[in-house]
Amino acid sequence: MIPFSFERMARPSDAASIVATHPGAMFLAGGTTLVDLMKVDVLTPDTVVDVRHLGLSSIDVSDQAITVGAAVTNSQLAWHPVVRDRFPVLSEAILSGATTQIRNMATVAGNMLQRTRCCYFRDVHAFCNRRKPGSGCDALDGFNRSHAVLGVSEHCIATHPSDMCVALAVLDPTVHTLRPDGTTRSIPFREFHAAPGATPHVEMALTHGELITHIVIPHLPAARRSHYLKVRDRASYEFALASAAVVLDLDGETIRGARLGLGGIATKPWRAVEVERSLTGRRATDDVFRDAAEIALAGAVARKHNHFKIELAKRTIVRAFATARNANP
Amino acid sequence: MNDTDYELSADSRLTLLDALREVLGLTGTKKGCDQGACGACTVIVEGQRVLSCLTLAAACDGQHVVTIEGLARGDALHPVQAAFLHCDGFQCGYCTPGQILSAVCAVQEVHAGVPSHVTRDVRQTVNSATLTDEEIRERMSGNLCRCGAYPNIVAAVRQVLHDPLQL
Repeated sequence: MIPFSFERMARPSDAASIVATHPGAMFLAGGTTLVDLMKVDVLTPDTVVDVRHLGLSSIDVSDQAITVGAAVTNSQLAWHPVVRDRFPVLSEAILSGATTQIRNMATVAGNMLQRTRCCYFRDVHAFCNRRKPGSGCDALDGFNRSHAVLGVSEHCIATHPSDMCVALAVLDPTVHTLRPDGTTRSIPFREFHAAPGATPHVEMALTHGELITHIVIPHLPAARRSHYLKVRDRASYEFALASAAVVLDLDGETIRGARLGLGGIATKPWRAVEVERSLTGRRATDDVFRDAAEIALAGAVARKHNHFKIELAKRTIVRAFATARNANP
Repeated sequence: MNDTDYELSADSRLTLLDALREVLGLTGTKKGCDQGACGACTVIVEGQRVLSCLTLAAACDGQHVVTIEGLARGDALHPVQAAFLHCDGFQCGYCTPGQILSAVCAVQEVHAGVPSHVTRDVRQTVNSATLTDEEIRERMSGNLCRCGAYPNIVAAVRQVLHDPLQL
């Protein structure tokens, strides 16, 4: 780790200001990404601003929405009785990620801002356009078994690692921020993360010093019938090879509406809107879900070691929808 | 720290793990991977199990930390410590402080009824008396044991959950 100054602020506006005035400053929440990457010199902030004591740690429930403070921990959110009741897909997604120790540390905003687990991003001796723009991508022709097949570009194929964000992608929350000039804004979750394109280093729709204060998850009655399915190399404590977050709104055997998010195979938390349209009005059978899965992966681009993820993702989608269909919400 | 206040003037880079071991001499907390993968450095901060290797010491200003040294009351072992002894839940012992602190919190979480990844329905409130080994394994998956003492670690946690009075 390089030397840095550590600051703890009492108010969100102070935290945003101090980061804005230091080009090398970063916010610190749970530290599970930042401290980890500082130890291997991938992230080298000269100022670290602790944002866990800014009064952003509450979960507020109303009939219309659940408002989640930025510093709420992953455990707090996953274990909240109303979250479990209204949005099982969100609790399931969070509980499938990492371990209790890590979920107790990691915050909701930090989870959204976490960086890829691509081994070339984490190795300062490798070429990585995300870490060092223009340097190249060692993953393209390297060891890319864990890499993405959706949303990829010739500059980056790194997978977005979050489970929580895949569930959020189907729940359409808004992300609320405080900017250093004191103004606030709200960003639709779907516009928060960026696919790499020609600028893999631009990962999030935030400016320097802009602080996430909370997210608002609107009520979605259909989400009572929702599910997160994660497929991975180990049964626990492992990132997804493929995952699916589904919401299924049924009228008898007919699909009134469906939502599908994908993880482990995409460069950002993936929302498959075209699949959702194709399902509406059809019968909730495995064959129909298989058709949907084909549509979801139609644009997939594999590299040398990750071709298996395309079929794996399709099967994950079918099983996730079938599980939601068979549940008694 | 373990009900004692410590005042430190430390480098901002100091992790809680290194503060415990190198500054305060509390070497019960172990350094395994030092990158958040093995769980050997697990301690309890503000009642929650966390990884001290990824926690900056400065970020713990004013917070209550419990390490393995703070678990027993004099010669009276904590029930989880007693269960690890009774069930032979270790071999070399290096991961054991982290395993025990993690288990202490896992038991509290089960008593609070919160679900895990393997809970069939997250809406369900889990019951400590009927908690399965699969649940215990999932809830303890953040603590690796290179000796492979897992069956007896699971037995120790099961004993605390199902039959604590026998200890």
